[in-house]
Amino acid sequence: MHAHAIDTVRTVEKFGIPPIDRRTIPDVDGVHDLGGLDGFGPVEHKSTEPYFEEDWERRTFRLMVGLIATQGVPGGRFRHSIERMAPEQYLSSPYYERWLTGAATMAVESGFTTQDELERRAGGRFPLSRPDRGVLPDDLTPHTTPRYAVGDDVRVRQWHPPGHTRAPRYVQGRHGTVVRVDGAFSIDDIAAHGGGDIADPLYSVRFTSRELWGEAGADGEVMHVDLFERYLEDPQ
Amino acid sequence: MTAEHHHPTKLAPIEARVAAIESVLVEKGILDLAALDQIVQNFEDNLGPMNGAKVVARAWSDPAYKERLLADGTAAIAELGFEGLQGEYMVVVENTPQVHNLVVCTLCSCYPWPTLGLPPRWYKSPAYRTRAVREPRKLLAEMGTVIPADVEIRVWDSSAEARYLVLPMRPDGTADMSEEQLAGIVTRDSMIGVQRL
Repeated sequence: MHAHAIDTVRTVEKFGIPPIDRRTIPDVDGVHDLGGLDGFGPVEHKSTEPYFEEDWERRTFRLMVGLIATQGVPGGRFRHSIERMAPEQYLSSPYYERWLTGAATMAVESGFTTQDELERRAGGRFPLSRPDRGVLPDDLTPHTTPRYAVGDDVRVRQWHPPGHTRAPRYVQGRHGTVVRVDGAFSIDDIAAHGGGDIADPLYSVRFTSRELWGEAGADGEVMHVDLFERYLEDPQ
Repeated sequence: MTAEHHHPTKLAPIEARVAAIESVLVEKGILDLAALDQIVQNFEDNLGPMNGAKVVARAWSDPAYKERLLADGTAAIAELGFEGLQGEYMVVVENTPQVHNLVVCTLCSCYPWPTLGLPPRWYKSPAYRTRAVREPRKLLAEMGTVIPADVEIRVWDSSAEARYLVLPMRPDGTADMSEEQLAGIVTRDSMIGVQRL
């Protein structure tokens, strides 16, 4: 697939080259988009665990639930508040620290507080996510009648939008087959950036491992991704 | 942010950061902590894999229910009283001797809360999210679940609205078990697809 610089600090140490500042790259995908990346090692699995191991995790969950409920935060805006974290911070933060960063970022952006105020109260640095660079498409027409049917071949558009999307990088540009037509839902890419609920047909699309990973793929393995119609185009 | 502004150099401890934002939102009247505590307590007490296990046990015991479950997961699961946040659109995928299903969320941590509860740490980890769509058979073997080479692995990336629940195969030797007993042998991991019963 594609190479993506994540650990820029270590890259510098290793090769002595200037770090890539992802903040200056206008069209880079978020580091949260993890499907298929290499090098994260074994899964540290436990059969059972409490939802919250420490009290701050529970308080963060409570805070985010309250913020979403009272402010009517769309799911895409919530997720993007986390996706906008600096890559190195995203990957090194425990799960609920990401939620905390996202909640604080949205609270500042909503004008409820400032980063200065948060840092004064916390008695130290309080990193927030980076600014929202998402842009709304020119065409905000809702669509409810699906263009594709079960069994149709489709290709995922390869456009790597700067804002929120639910089209994972690992399927962009790839060919798949529609296996389920889900009706129309509010597309997250638009709701996340203040464009309101714009309906778009949603599909489950099947990809073969070979289509996604080529020689590194395997026979007898298929991946399904739920994709909005705006992400899809006719195969060429 | 003004040019003269200087951030403190020392990162505030996580507990202090949580307290800072929490106190701001309480003072602004945005958070009602007592009311939110009840919601979180409800999650802790009433959501979890014991609910999904009841769905699976019913499907194993009642062929008509299983048919409804596979045709419209949301409605069939709601028959047992399980619905709500992150369960608004449920899709149930069935394991068979030819097919093994595995659920992941590569973009974040989407998971069916009403039937499985909040997701475990490993499900949210970069290791699981990166590898489940790249080398699922190898990953499952590493996790102790060997899927025979002639069984197709179907991975479901919960990338949008649907939340997935795997319907595991009913193990041999369970013909005499009651529905309640069957629910007792269904594990969280078998409903995510990282385990075979």
